[in-house]
This record gives sequence, C-alpha cells and structure tokens, in this order.
Amino acid sequence: MNHWLTILTLVPFLGGIVIAGLGVERKNLVRGLALATSLVGLGGALCMWLHFEPKSGGLQFVEKFDWVPSLGIQYFLGVDGLGLLMVLLTAIVTPLAILASWRMDDRPNVYHALILWLQAGLFGTFTALNFFHWFLFWELGLIPAFFLIKLWGGPKRGPAATQFFIYTMVGSVALLLSFLAIRLATGSFDFIELAGMAKSGVLITKLQAAFGWKNIGLIIFFGAFLGFAVKVPLIPFHTWLPAAYSEAPSPVTMLLTGVMSKMGVYGFLRILLPIFPDQIRDVLTPLLWLAVATIVLSACAAFAQKDIKRIIAYSSINHLGYCLLALFAATAVATGVNNSDLQKAAALDGALLQMFNHGLTASALFLFVALLERRSGGLRGLDDFGGLRKIIPVFTGLMGISIFSSLGLPGLNGFVGEFLIFKGVFPLAPWAAAISTIGLLVTAIFLLTLIQRVFCGPLNERWAKMPDLTTAERFLVLPSIALMFVLGIWPQFILGAVDATIMKLVQQLNF
Amino acid sequence: MLAWTIYITFFGVLVLMLLPRDNARAARIVALLTAIAGCVVAFAGAIQQANPGEVTTIVKVSWIPSIGANYYLAADGISLVLVVLTGLAAVSGILFSWNIEKRTKEFFAFYLALIGGVYGVFLSFDVLLLFVFYELTIIPKYFLIARWGSTRKEYGAMKLALYSFVGSHLVLIGLIAAWVVARGQLGHASLDLIELSKVAFPIAFQHWVFPLVFVGFAILAGMWPFHTWAPTGHVAAPTAGSMLLAGVVMKLGAYGCLRVAMVMFPEGVRMWQGEIACLAVAGIVYGAGVALVQRDFKFVIGYSSVSHMGFVLLGLATLNTIGLDGAVLQMFSHGIIAGLLFGVVGRMIYDRTHTRDFNDLETMQLGKRLPFAGVTFVIAGIASMGLPGFSGFVAEFQVLMGAWSVFPKLTILSGVGILIGVAYTLRAIQKGFYSDAPPKPVDHAHPLEPISMPERFGAVMLIGASLVIGLFPGLLMNWIEPCFNSPLSMFARLLVKGGSQ
Repeated sequence: MNHWLTILTLVPFLGGIVIAGLGVERKNLVRGLALATSLVGLGGALCMWLHFEPKSGGLQFVEKFDWVPSLGIQYFLGVDGLGLLMVLLTAIVTPLAILASWRMDDRPNVYHALILWLQAGLFGTFTALNFFHWFLFWELGLIPAFFLIKLWGGPKRGPAATQFFIYTMVGSVALLLSFLAIRLATGSFDFIELAGMAKSGVLITKLQAAFGWKNIGLIIFFGAFLGFAVKVPLIPFHTWLPAAYSEAPSPVTMLLTGVMSKMGVYGFLRILLPIFPDQIRDVLTPLLWLAVATIVLSACAAFAQKDIKRIIAYSSINHLGYCLLALFAATAVATGVNNSDLQKAAALDGALLQMFNHGLTASALFLFVALLERRSGGLRGLDDFGGLRKIIPVFTGLMGISIFSSLGLPGLNGFVGEFLIFKGVFPLAPWAAAISTIGLLVTAIFLLTLIQRVFCGPLNERWAKMPDLTTAERFLVLPSIALMFVLGIWPQFILGAVDATIMKLVQQLNF
Repeated sequence: MLAWTIYITFFGVLVLMLLPRDNARAARIVALLTAIAGCVVAFAGAIQQANPGEVTTIVKVSWIPSIGANYYLAADGISLVLVVLTGLAAVSGILFSWNIEKRTKEFFAFYLALIGGVYGVFLSFDVLLLFVFYELTIIPKYFLIARWGSTRKEYGAMKLALYSFVGSHLVLIGLIAAWVVARGQLGHASLDLIELSKVAFPIAFQHWVFPLVFVGFAILAGMWPFHTWAPTGHVAAPTAGSMLLAGVVMKLGAYGCLRVAMVMFPEGVRMWQGEIACLAVAGIVYGAGVALVQRDFKFVIGYSSVSHMGFVLLGLATLNTIGLDGAVLQMFSHGIIAGLLFGVVGRMIYDRTHTRDFNDLETMQLGKRLPFAGVTFVIAGIASMGLPGFSGFVAEFQVLMGAWSVFPKLTILSGVGILIGVAYTLRAIQKGFYSDAPPKPVDHAHPLEPISMPERFGAVMLIGASLVIGLFPGLLMNWIEPCFNSPLSMFARLLVKGGSQ
C-alpha cells in the first residue's frame, strides 16, 4: 500500500504547524522553511506526475481504509488525470505565491502557516474521493483563505472577507444537505460508487423511494450545484469575488484565483457531471445561458473597471465561464452530430487545459500586479500609470506576454484551451458558442486597453524612477512565462495525461 | 466503578467544607484533584464497560419499598458519553475559575455539588433517584449565579431557579400519574426505569402525559419558547457557572427527555413528533438570529447554545437511529464547545477587560494583545459553526441526515440556521478580536494580564476533545450506536415503527 497522497497532503499541513510555532521574530527562517515545504510539495507532485500511468485513465495512488464504518465514511484517496493535474497546479502556484510575498513583514509565521494550510486543503480536496473526507478539506481551505484576506488584506478587507466566507458557506451548507440526503437514500458517500449508481439509474430510484417526491433529483442537484457555482463562480453567484480578489494581498489572490477557483470547476467535473448527468440534461438550456451570461457579462464588467486587480478578477470569472460552458455542453444529447463523443472529449479536454492555463496565467498576472504595487506604493488604478514601457521595458514585455496568454493568442497556452472548448461546443450547442464569442472580443478589448493605459501613451512623470524587474524577480516570473510557451506549443504535455480520464468521463455521460 | 464519580465528588464537597476559610489555594487544589479523580474514574469506568449497548447495573439496593423506589445506579452507552462529558467539563471549569478569590472554598463546594448531582442524574435508572439528583442541581446553580455572578445576577439566578422548578413540577405531575397507572398494570409499585419502559401505558394517557414530562425536561434543555432562562442565566453566571450550565446542565434536560419521557411514552412521542421538531427548528433559527444582533459577547454565546440545543431536540424528534445517534453526540459536542466559548469570553476576556460590550472590545485589538485567546476563540468558533474536523460536524451531520427522512422541509430550514450560525460566529470573531476600528489609547494604558497556565490547559483539553471526536467519531459512536440498534434495549420500542417514514 502506498501513502503518497497522504504524505503529500500532510507535508504542508505539518509544515504550517511548525512554522506557526516558530514565532514572529525569525522572519527569514520562516520564509525559508515555508518555501522549502512548498518545494517539497512541488517535488512530490512532479514525482507523481512522472510515475502516473496516463493510459489507464483510472484512479491511481489509491488509498482506501475504513474510517467510520457505521456512517459509510472511508479514508479514500486517489487521483486520475484530472485530480493529478490540479495537484500539480497547486504545487506550482504555491511556491510562487510564497516567493511573491517574500518582503511581507507583518506576522510572517502566521501568514505562511495559513498559506501552507490552504495548500494542504487544496491537495486534500483534489485527492479525496469520499464525501466526508473531501468536505473536510473543502472547508479546511476556506478558513485560511478567510484569515489571509481578513488580516492582511486592503482597506475594505473586513467586509470582503466576511462576504467571501458567508457566500461560500451558503453553497457549502446546500451541498452538505444534498449529500446527506444522498447518503440517506443510498448509504454511500463514495463519489465513484455514486457515479456508478447514477449511470445505472439506481441513484434516482433510491432517492425517490426515500423521499417520495417526484422532483427530488433536481432539488438535490440544485443544492450541490449551488455549492460549486458559488466557488467557481458562476453569474449570478459571483458578487463575492471582485471584493475578495481585490482586497486580498496579491500573493493570496494568486492562490485564490489560480487554484481555489478550480475547486469549483473540479467539483463540477468530479461530482456533478458523473453523479447528476440526467439532472444537468434536464435543465441544460438554463445552465448554458448561465455560462454564456457569465462569459459575456463578466467581460463587460471587466471593461468597466478602473482597478487593475478588479479587471483581472472579472476576467477570471470570464475564463472559468468557458470551462463551465464546455462542461454543460458535454452533457448535451447530441443527436445528428457526427462523432459526438469526440466533440465532447474535445470540449472537456479544452476545459481541463483551460483550468490549468488559467491557473498559470491569472496567477502570473496577479504576480505582476503585486510587483507593480510594490513599485507604486500600492497604487493600481488604470489611470495612475502611463507610458511605463519606456521605464520598465522588461516588466512590460513579460507582463505583456501574460496578458496575451490570457487573451488567447495562438502560440501561448490560453489559445489551445479556448480553441478546443469552442471546437467541442460549436456542434453541441451552436447558439451558446456563438454568443460566447462576444466574450472573447470584449476580453481582447479590455486587456488591450489595460496595456495601452498602463504601458503606452505619454509617460506619467511620477514614475520616472520606477525600477525595472530585478534579477530575482525575473527568475520569479520565468517559470510561469516558460510554461505559457511550452503549453502553447506542446499542449500534448497535459492532454496526454488527461486523455484517458476524459474518455472515461465521456463514457460515463453517455447513456 | 462509575458510581465512584458521584461519591468522590461529594466527598470533595465535604473536604472543602472542612478546609479553613482563608486558604484559597488549598480549596482550588482540592477541587481540581476531586474533579480530575472523577474524570479519571469516568473514563476508566466507561472503557471497562464491556457491552455499552446494554444497561449494566452498578448498584441496586431497595430504598423505599412501599413506593417501589430503589437506589439503582446503572449505565449504558448514552450514560457513558455524558458521564465522560461531565468529567471533562468539571476539570476544565475549575481550570477556568482558578482566579476566583471571593469565598473560594464555598464556590468550589457548590461547584462540586452541582457536578455530583449531574453525575447522579446520568447514572440513575430509578425515576425517583433521577429526579432527586435532578432537583439537587438546582440549589448549587442558584447560589453560584447569585453570589459569584455578574450583570443582574439575582435576576438571572432566580429566573433559572423558577424555570427549573416549573419544569420539575411538570415532570413530577407526569411521573406520579405514570406511577399510578403502572402500578395498576404491573400489580406492584415500581419506579424502575427499565421496568417502566416495558409498561404499555394506554395511548390516550400517553398523549397528555408525554408533553408534560417532555416539556418539563425540555425547559432545561433550552427548548424554544421556554429558553429564555438560558441566555440570562448564562450571562449572569460566573465563567465556570456558564460553562457548566451550557456544558452539562442543559444536557440534563435533553437526557431527561430521552431517557424518561421518550422511553416511557413512545406513543406520545410519535403523536407529538412533528410539533417537537417544529419547536426545535424554531429554536435553531431563532437562537441564531438573536445571537446575530447581540451587543454583549456573552449573550451571543448564550443564544448560540439555544440554537445548538435545537439540534439535539431535532435529533430526538426524528425517532430514527441516526438522528438519535446524532442527538447524543451533539449533547457531547455542544458541552465541549460551549464550555470552551464561555471559557474564552468569561475568563480570558471579561475578567481582564471588565467589559463584554462589542463597542468597547472593538477598540481593544484583543487579537494582537491576547493572541492565545484570539486563536482559541477562532478554533472554538470554527467548531461551533459545525465545520468538518470538529465534533459539531459529525453530530449535526447525523441529526440532519436523520431529519431528512422525516422532516425534509424543516431540515432545509435548519440549514438556514447553520448559515446564521456562521454569520454570528464570524461577527463575534471580527468584533471581539480582529476589528479594524482604531484603538483608543486609554485601553492600552493597562497591560492585560497574560493568559495563565490553567487557562491554557483547559482550552487545549477542550479543543483536543472536540478534534478527536471530530476526526474519530467512532470512539463515541461505539458506545451510542449499540444502545439504539439492539432490539433488546430500552429504546427499541421507540424505534419500532414510524422510524424512517
């Protein structure tokens, strides 16, 4: 029996405890130790990536023991391509966030401990396959995030943190109630087992037998849906996000947008799609509308913002909207579409790529914002700058690459994901794909406006002495930038690992 | 062996009374040693019990033969859980009242007398004996609040005592009626709970007697709308008093509901099941809503207790195994968590700042000045919200699962109660510890006394208990479950029909 996943989750958790105990004074030791811990996590994730057998598409590194047998609770860990990809993303973004907050001097021990606990929560969420166990980590991730915003955030951090917490909890409670009902009807908390029951139709029969309501399936589905929709977020459940992202310190925002938002999409892929395919199909049109609205409206909202952080926050909503569009479209009953399985696989492949790419690109963008804030003394309005390209050319160039990656320029990572999504969605839900292209257009407009207002035009004399990226900072952004090119040119690196998993998921969705 | 918890505790009271008046230190140590001894005996006895699903007799001696009363102590899994809880609560309460200087010896004597009575209730299987212990707890409660309390202490103490007496009288009337009927059926007088649990009381009789007995006990469990003693009593009580009130005394009520009212009158429960569930959910939502708007820190915790006890009552009303399991686990969990919350607010904060008003606390930056208190409250708050990893989650989770099958709509409504719970806890954390309000220079003039060792021990002990049960609920579930699962248990009649649908 191997314990890779347990160890991977425990390392940051225990590291956080040690770091919290070190005290406020030993700042460099704290930072060094936090970085080392997160690098151990990265090393572990890479090792697993190398040992992962992509062909099978099944669960690997499985650990399964009885935990509380009387309640059907098992200690059940395992990853397939999807889980592993998310673990890898978490492992990449966390050290970057720690490096980005290197100069943070306010209670660094607590700060870094919280970051590591957040990482442990994320690792746990992406690897647990039993609801009880999974929910533990799902909530464990929330608490450090709340305190990171509450204690280290910007001027309006109090309300932002509270709003974030309450919104997420509304979703979580709905999710919890749904799963309690499922457990009551089926006696199982096991995601894999429940997916099997859903496929054979046993799940819905049992739910109806236990409750006697005709629409119980839909009610339960909506509870679970709410939990994930808030987390992603899907319009209209998104209102917590701009405040939380812009008030959180930028390194924390890197984690929030880079990885935490993926918890929601991951939930859709791992839980909702396999367990509730019929219910999604029943309300497919409204769901597609929600995804389309998310894509278009968030792009328009980003266009209206003046704060760079808020612009990127709204663009995050926009980018994850594409993932959800792909997910919903993949459940469509594709009559009259040639090779519908292939289209579905393309859409889901694109969604997975988009998750990884967005994690990479958005966290890089927030990293650049952090570096910019460090230079401007916290200013980050669209109108506070101008003509910076003459003063800080390297910064401009590298941030420009990230922005173009976010915008979906061919050759960079963002393009491949969005291309596959549209390729898959067009035959399955043509109207939704067509309207969503407006989102692409508006994204291009506001991101180019961002470049223009900040980096081009006449130089704002106030920043005439702004220093360019230091060598250390160049090394800090280098990995993200390099990955953007690598994935843009050779997406097979990721697709190869997730392909078999996706095919299994598509099989699961067919009936 | 478990009976020694009672004897040791009352022996401690005796020793305390013999101590010289001015030796506060000796009084503390005697009280602590007594409580620890009780706690150890409770644990040891509980672990020794081979078959928690059955009622194991500890001692049974004839007491008043003419009315069928016995001195009958026994324990099953549910008693074990609550006895262990009492042990933990007793020790932590003493650790949190280490700083009592006023009449220390009397304080601890009353305190231990209360604990002894509580152990007695949880171990009595004779209705009269149970009732005697139950009444016995009212007196120390009253004096603890009236003498060592704060904020309108006489009012709070009197209100609590009056509510308790009213409740007891309802119980008494019901039990006398039941005794008369049972004597007619059995042919001899009996107050033995196990014997009474087998008597088939006429259904019409159960329909009116059950609400009397149940409400009588439920008053002390803080059932809405009879809960109003709880917030005022908790606020008026000294720290250890509120810890015990919320931690174990409210459980006496819930325990009475389950062990006496429900076991004796199963048809009565089934008749009133829906009404009880409605009141329970009303308590969950109302308690949480009121806690959300309080200015006094202790009132927030006081109302949160009403809300959390609502889950116990909801679990009892489900009448299915999982809901009842959850109810008993929630009794344990709430005892630990509420004790901790009151410990932080009463001892760590109020005794140092002499204010519990959020408007004052907001300017004090307590999160930075008392980091231990801040972190403890955050952990306790997280546990109280019912986040996974802590005991509250496994308990509420089973209650809700049990409730889903019987009262789906009420279950969804109690989900709203959980959400309000999250909101008031966050508000308390924010206003009490991590507010952004600018500090007043006056407040910083007096440095706050650092958190003492006994407080740290107490806090760590309670957090540890909640975490262990949260992660390994099996430890207690192994005691609770057999009680409800076994067809031979005294609860079997309760679960036979109307269980799941």
